[in-house]
Amino acid sequence: MNQKQAAPAAPVTDRARRMSLLARATRQELAACLEAGPKMADVHPVRGPQTGLVMIRGRIGGGGNAFNLGEATVTRASIRLASGVIGHGQRLGTDQEATRLSAILDALAEEGDEAGLCRTLLQAIERRLAEEAGQRDAETQATRVDFFTLVRGDD
Amino acid sequence: MQTDAQIFSGAFTSPVLSSQSVFRALMDGMARPGRVFSLVHDASAPAPACPSHAALALTLADADTSVWLSPALAGSAFARWLSFQTGASIVSDRMVAMFAFVSRKDALSDWNGFSLGSDTYPDRSATLVVEVEALSGGIPLIAEGPGIDGAVSLSPIGLPADFLRERALNRSLYPRGIDLVLVCGSDCLCLPRTTRLMLEEV
Amino acid sequence: MYVAVKGGEAAIANAHQLLADRRRGARSIPALTVAQIGEQLGLAVDRVMAEASLYDRALAALSIKQARGDMIEAIFLLRAYRTTLPRFGYSDPVDTGAMEIERRISATYKDLPGGQLLGPTFDYTHRLLDPSLLEDAAVAAPVRRECGGEAVGRVSDILGDEGLIEPDSREPLDKVPGDITREPMDFPLSRDERLQALARGDEGFLLALAYSTQRGYARTHPFAGEIRIGLVEVEIELPELGFSVSLGEIRVTECQSVNQFKGSATEPPQFTRGYGLVFGQSERKAMAMALVDRALRAEEFGEDIVAPAQDEEFVIAHSDNVQATGFVEHLKLPHYVDFQAELDLVRRMRAEQQDPSTASREAAE
Repeated sequence: MNQKQAAPAAPVTDRARRMSLLARATRQELAACLEAGPKMADVHPVRGPQTGLVMIRGRIGGGGNAFNLGEATVTRASIRLASGVIGHGQRLGTDQEATRLSAILDALAEEGDEAGLCRTLLQAIERRLAEEAGQRDAETQATRVDFFTLVRGDD
Repeated sequence: MQTDAQIFSGAFTSPVLSSQSVFRALMDGMARPGRVFSLVHDASAPAPACPSHAALALTLADADTSVWLSPALAGSAFARWLSFQTGASIVSDRMVAMFAFVSRKDALSDWNGFSLGSDTYPDRSATLVVEVEALSGGIPLIAEGPGIDGAVSLSPIGLPADFLRERALNRSLYPRGIDLVLVCGSDCLCLPRTTRLMLEEV
Repeated sequence: MYVAVKGGEAAIANAHQLLADRRRGARSIPALTVAQIGEQLGLAVDRVMAEASLYDRALAALSIKQARGDMIEAIFLLRAYRTTLPRFGYSDPVDTGAMEIERRISATYKDLPGGQLLGPTFDYTHRLLDPSLLEDAAVAAPVRRECGGEAVGRVSDILGDEGLIEPDSREPLDKVPGDITREPMDFPLSRDERLQALARGDEGFLLALAYSTQRGYARTHPFAGEIRIGLVEVEIELPELGFSVSLGEIRVTECQSVNQFKGSATEPPQFTRGYGLVFGQSERKAMAMALVDRALRAEEFGEDIVAPAQDEEFVIAHSDNVQATGFVEHLKLPHYVDFQAELDLVRRMRAEQQDPSTASREAAE
């Protein structure tokens, strides 16, 4: 079923990457980005924003068959622009406004994003995430044990 | 794009109140088998689904339900509409379906293969929502059983040929068995597994 | 005789108001914010999320505040909240192999790809109370080492390459797992259902069971093969788009125990495994879960079932602390009539014991 519905490979990857980044954007980042663009009078809600649950799965032994680990709160929203283009937003947690804003940005990008609003935002989010991950990694690496041998017993 | 617009529209304007009132109407309908009642709602789904298909799907289906669609519905935009609007999984195996939606374009000649539930869990049987041409004006039938004071007559048009035999067989399986909702437009008529059906004596 | 009684509304309302007052405590002390709980009592938040089986840091922090720090009450609150939400679907299985590591240790290999990364651990602290925490003393920023750490390989793969350890699991990868929140539990359970139950099980109960296996009640010869804590991405397939998108990241703790196994009629001597995966940073719980998972696989390996930790029904039916507290605490509900019946019975038995003629007279009647 999925193969049938999926658009050609490259746009799927682009949209998946975009939606994944928008899911990590703060509400402030999203709001600031949209304020910079043209006024958005015509945003029709299609579904939500609504908060519900997703059952998170793990794999036995890390790579075996799946099991249900536990649920997480998830908020999702779908909107329609005046052009008829639909945008979807989704993220962990209960922030409905951020989710709605990310659906709008998804739709703007689907429309072509002539102002480049979304592209700039995605780059900024990507940069921020990389910095944060880099900092966490550097902090973790500082706790790496460097073993050294003192005296060999058999010498 | 046209297809997509259909998929993303047609949900209840007021999801909570509408699904509650449709559920209430259906529950009352199951409690009073054979009686025709109307669903009051503003849902619409892509053709060939009828308004009752739309309203009952939005009310009964969610991410935890598996739904079987008759060929005309399965091959239409209704399948993706249902998937987006309710999150339900659409299955091709009748046995795992909790609900089945049947279009009147598909004369359901074979009722086999849907889950009948078990003696331990009779509630796990399938509920079939079957569209007919009309809920009255056909061959008069008599219904008796729980929820019916004496007997009630009904006369749907467009029932399969061996309908009475199917329902009699189904009833003999009690407490297991399939429950049926006949629909036409926004009107419905419930025939739970406990209802006895026979031809009206002339 | 059945006596219906009413009353207590005013007492209950006043008790709730008193509870709110005691929860707030002295008004001269600043009120605790949920953000403070989230940031500074993060492991309490993690425990509530794990045992409530709901990942939401903000709501878990709120429940801890509302419960005055009573953890099981907080877990209960969060469990109750989750029942009000619709289920959107199931995520793709998280890939702990691609985890952004915050801590990773192995007790079986000193040198292994990725190294021993201690992370923010209590291990090696002296467990001396720290008076500096009485004040809001400045805390130094963590040391950084910019070296671009190497890929963190799995310990199970090292043994797996030699064929000396069983595979991750023996069932097909596409098997649809059972869901104990949707279907009533039917013993015996599959391993995936057991792991779901253990992941939400009470940490104290699982810890005690794991300890019991080490003390000889079902020895499983465990090693902490690998423990890793970090962030994993949660992805879900959206049917309207036909591909998976990311929802964000969650922190989990994974423990792989490696257990010596002398072999059976069908299996050569090798290492077997127990698996623990828990929401949040929760090393003790993940280790206990892995040990109990391995103990519960006794039948699979043809081992004698001799100890509580191997008894699936005993372990799983009693591991949920919300269920357990519900049944224990229901004893607080009025049992006036039951008790009256018992009281009568005890009085009669006492009378019979003291005057046997009463008994024979009653029997004759």
